[in-house]
Amino acid sequence: MQDILVALLAVVLGPLATFGFYIVLNWLVNLLPAKAGKVLRPYVFIGPVLALVGGMLVYPTVQTVLFAFMNEDSTSWVGMRNFQKLFADPSFGSTVFNNVLWVAVVPIVTVIIGIAIATLTDKLGPVRERVFKSIIFMPMAISFVAASSIWRLNYQWDAGNTQIGMLNAIVKALGGTPVSWMQQEVFSLNSLLIMVVVIWSNAGFSMTLLSAAIKAVPEETIEAASIDGANGWQSFFKIVLPQIRVTAVSVFITVLISTMKIFDVIWGMTGGNFHTNVLGVDFFLEYFVYNNNGKASAVVVLLMIAIVPIMIYQIRTYRKQEELR
Amino acid sequence: MSQQSSALQRFKNLKPGTTLVMLVVVLLWLMPTLGLLVTAFRTQTDSVTTGWWTAIFDPFHQHWTFSALQSVFNADWDLGTAFMSTVAISVPATILPITFAAFAAYGFTFLEFRGREVWFSMIIGLMVVPLQAAIVAILQMFVALDKWLMTIPGNEYGDFHLSGEYPAGWIVHSAFAMPLAVYILRNYMMTLPHALIEAARIDGASHFQIFWRLIIPMSVPALASFAIFQFLWVWNDYFIAFMFVGNHSVMTYKLLSMLGQHGEGWQIVMAGCLVSVLVPLTVFFSLQRYFVRGLTAGSVK
Repeated sequence: MQDILVALLAVVLGPLATFGFYIVLNWLVNLLPAKAGKVLRPYVFIGPVLALVGGMLVYPTVQTVLFAFMNEDSTSWVGMRNFQKLFADPSFGSTVFNNVLWVAVVPIVTVIIGIAIATLTDKLGPVRERVFKSIIFMPMAISFVAASSIWRLNYQWDAGNTQIGMLNAIVKALGGTPVSWMQQEVFSLNSLLIMVVVIWSNAGFSMTLLSAAIKAVPEETIEAASIDGANGWQSFFKIVLPQIRVTAVSVFITVLISTMKIFDVIWGMTGGNFHTNVLGVDFFLEYFVYNNNGKASAVVVLLMIAIVPIMIYQIRTYRKQEELR
Repeated sequence: MSQQSSALQRFKNLKPGTTLVMLVVVLLWLMPTLGLLVTAFRTQTDSVTTGWWTAIFDPFHQHWTFSALQSVFNADWDLGTAFMSTVAISVPATILPITFAAFAAYGFTFLEFRGREVWFSMIIGLMVVPLQAAIVAILQMFVALDKWLMTIPGNEYGDFHLSGEYPAGWIVHSAFAMPLAVYILRNYMMTLPHALIEAARIDGASHFQIFWRLIIPMSVPALASFAIFQFLWVWNDYFIAFMFVGNHSVMTYKLLSMLGQHGEGWQIVMAGCLVSVLVPLTVFFSLQRYFVRGLTAGSVK
């Protein structure tokens, strides 16, 4: 009950206080001489956000980089020791390998499935298209924690004769031997099975954006190709695909970023055991289980180094778009 | 003959092959969620002895029950309180960042000032910073703040504190949502007619009036789509709630502990999942159009 009151109070007072804050800022700027006011006016609008982002994103990120070169409780400098420890640990090698595997598989498969579903549904009548797309899109509204619960039931293995997990029931029906899927480390099968959960969840996002892109492809370009004798596949690869390339790349990048820092779903499925660990989970373990600020930060620094090229790419793409406006 | 071929043609126009392929795909996609829905209404005995699909093939010989759904609300699991906690985090953590972002987006779109491009590029760059990067330092900042608050007379025992409480979650969620929110809203505001704003300026309206009277009402579609996106994200979040709002258990937290005890039967876990996905699915299906529009608007991300 108290929680509801807190929420209600926050809903009413939060925006009021926020607006009051902006009005006071604006009023203060009004008091200034006209010239100074003109310079400072934009900061009435963007200042609070810059402060929030600076204080809660930029400054802490810089801090984290420093922590990576400090000891467990960030009280003294230790140089590269945290990184050396990480790389000396053979299990960390498997963690990095898994991260690379995730990044190599999930984004591309998500994009391909998105294109496939978008292309297929585009050919159908509006009702079927809408219903099918809604169903594919639905898992996006389900949290990764709930998704892991659902999929763990699917991957469930029972020691006895009856299998209540769907995958094992299918294996058994086909005459195979049911196994504990989350412990199958050969060829990273367990990791691949966890990736299925993420792809299941992300496909709707990919499909939605790519479907919008496919619908924006001018009909004439496809007709022209078919008049020139191109078959369905040719016109898809030569005409449609080049025109949806920009969207496909942006979906790829978005999924790529979220895949690099993936945490919840692996935490829910295996807790990082059975060699399914990734950097996001390793960070969590180092920080909460081993209480080691230094190593936790070092893990994050490695993650950030991997993300920097994407960041530069993003800013460049944005600059190019601005030039086109 | 011609009638026959036109019937065939009509059948072909229905694209039976594509429909069939899509039906299979959709069924695959639906299967896990179906398992959730069925299992939540089964008895413990049923759910540990038979697969959930047996209940679909033989629905009349099942012991359908609400007992799992009831038991997730009892004193042991207390999902009702967790539900309220989730609401208490999600609603403010949706409204606050949008308000801040709308002001900033206006500034970036309609005001000319030096350094605008640099600041905005920084915001774009920050969109990809993983939240893990900031967490350790933010936690320490909050602890330091709480220590300082304890020096205030009357708060010696730290009754008034930030760590582990809702406002901590609101602040962190707002900060992490900010880059994308500003980006999406600015992209939308760029499409609004600049001439209208200039006309209002000439008529003597202040930037504040223009923002409030013109831009906000015209930006409702973008505001709504970001609100849905942010609400789903916060509602479904486990990480930030666990780290910053530790004094209140949210639903994702409860779900993970239920999952840890799935040996007692999956019906409890699935009943918990069902309760936790009801709100996001309702929001999602009722506002899907806005949500999709927002996704396509932010796609350049």
